[in-house]
Amino acid sequence: MLTLQMTLLSTAMSCVIGIPLGLLLDKARFPGKRIVVLINRTLMAAPPVVIGLVVYLILMRNGPLGFLGWLFTFEAMVLAQTILITPIICGIVYTASQRSASNIRAFAITMGASRLQTQFLLIKELSNEIYFAAIVGFGRAMSEVGAIMIVGGNIRYHTRVMTTTIALLRNRGEINQAIFLGAVLMIIALIIQVIGGFLKRREERTDENI
Amino acid sequence: MKKIAMSLTVLFILSISLAVFVGCDNSGNEEKTIILATTTSTYDSGLLDYILPAFTEETGIDVQVISVGTGAAIQLGRDGEADVVLVHDRVQEDAFVADGFAETRYDVMYNDFVVVGPSDGEINHNINVGNTFTSIFDNELTFISRGDNSGTHSRELLLWNNLSLNPADNPNYLEAGQGMGATIGMTAEMEGYTLSDRATWLSYASKGDLIIVCENDPTLLNPYGVMVVSSTLRPNNSKQFVDWLRGSKAQSLIAEFGVEEFGEPLFFPDA
Repeated sequence: MLTLQMTLLSTAMSCVIGIPLGLLLDKARFPGKRIVVLINRTLMAAPPVVIGLVVYLILMRNGPLGFLGWLFTFEAMVLAQTILITPIICGIVYTASQRSASNIRAFAITMGASRLQTQFLLIKELSNEIYFAAIVGFGRAMSEVGAIMIVGGNIRYHTRVMTTTIALLRNRGEINQAIFLGAVLMIIALIIQVIGGFLKRREERTDENI
Repeated sequence: MKKIAMSLTVLFILSISLAVFVGCDNSGNEEKTIILATTTSTYDSGLLDYILPAFTEETGIDVQVISVGTGAAIQLGRDGEADVVLVHDRVQEDAFVADGFAETRYDVMYNDFVVVGPSDGEINHNINVGNTFTSIFDNELTFISRGDNSGTHSRELLLWNNLSLNPADNPNYLEAGQGMGATIGMTAEMEGYTLSDRATWLSYASKGDLIIVCENDPTLLNPYGVMVVSSTLRPNNSKQFVDWLRGSKAQSLIAEFGVEEFGEPLFFPDA
């Protein structure tokens, strides 16, 4: 399932980059921080088509990363998705930690926690928000058409995912098949949410037992 | 607490290894693949899905199809992103060769354009596209143009131009900016008229009340040309593909495509 691979991989990469970045953004004090936050907020609303075009230009054979030969490949789609989603995750984590992180940090330091331990505690305390951020990112990744159509090219067996297939079916006038595929996509989304919710509840329960 | 750290770490390692794995996978295939930039009509009609497996079976070369408008396909060739270009706009093709982006342009096949419109509309079935376009213009009938610099779009503009009409003077002239199939769908919904290649028209599944109102005018002939992009990184594969496309096997596949399903061929080979 190319769709799931792409979605999960790009969400995972975005989490790996976005969560620490969001925490850092909250903690760090530096001049021009408000501008960085503003840029982050803007990128959260970046139109996928624009991101797609930019990634296309970067990956073009004559572009700065053209030597990678990534245009019209799976990698290109994941890259575009990651660029799209990371600011969203970063922004949500930042907002969440703004609210409560300083208290948690102060608490951890009082308890004599090391810096690393403080970070882990922070992530744990914010796990609800981080989970929410991941879900939002996942949803964005899975529903994306514009950017991945441009950088992936919608090549069968290689870069065709469910959303671009739906677009193609619509082009062919196969509306029934398109809506069927759309329903399948919704069901997958539902299943993912159920699994995610289940994992999260279990996590909470084991934590309570400790 | 540790668990989350662990799972994050595992996730990270997984994603990296998957990326590396996929990366290796692709570079290994590079030898036996080409990128074909083509028009929506050859792909959306199902022609390429029909003939390409035979080529892959014969040569082991995987043809990755990117279907866009003719203008966009030619641009992909100019940028060196595609290895082979299969399109239908003689003017743009000749310019492509003249500018040195390809050595030669070869004939592959042809079909024709048709004007489609509502079955109970003001225009009755005829074989004169000049009259058809003129009455669409004079009566300010709804006309949906592709508006996307595709081969069909260029032909449509040429037809208006031949009549010395400016289509934009018709308040009901709309530009869809979409592929042929989507444009037919819009035309059906809006009960308007549009110019389509016959292949997409025949294979399009949701025609609504549309019928062909004009066909078989000599100026509606629609030839397709294929070109190997000069800057291709895979010249041997590309040349092999073009030779195959013009060879007897592919030509007969083209001729038989759609006969069973639509009662007539969608393309006529002429290499």
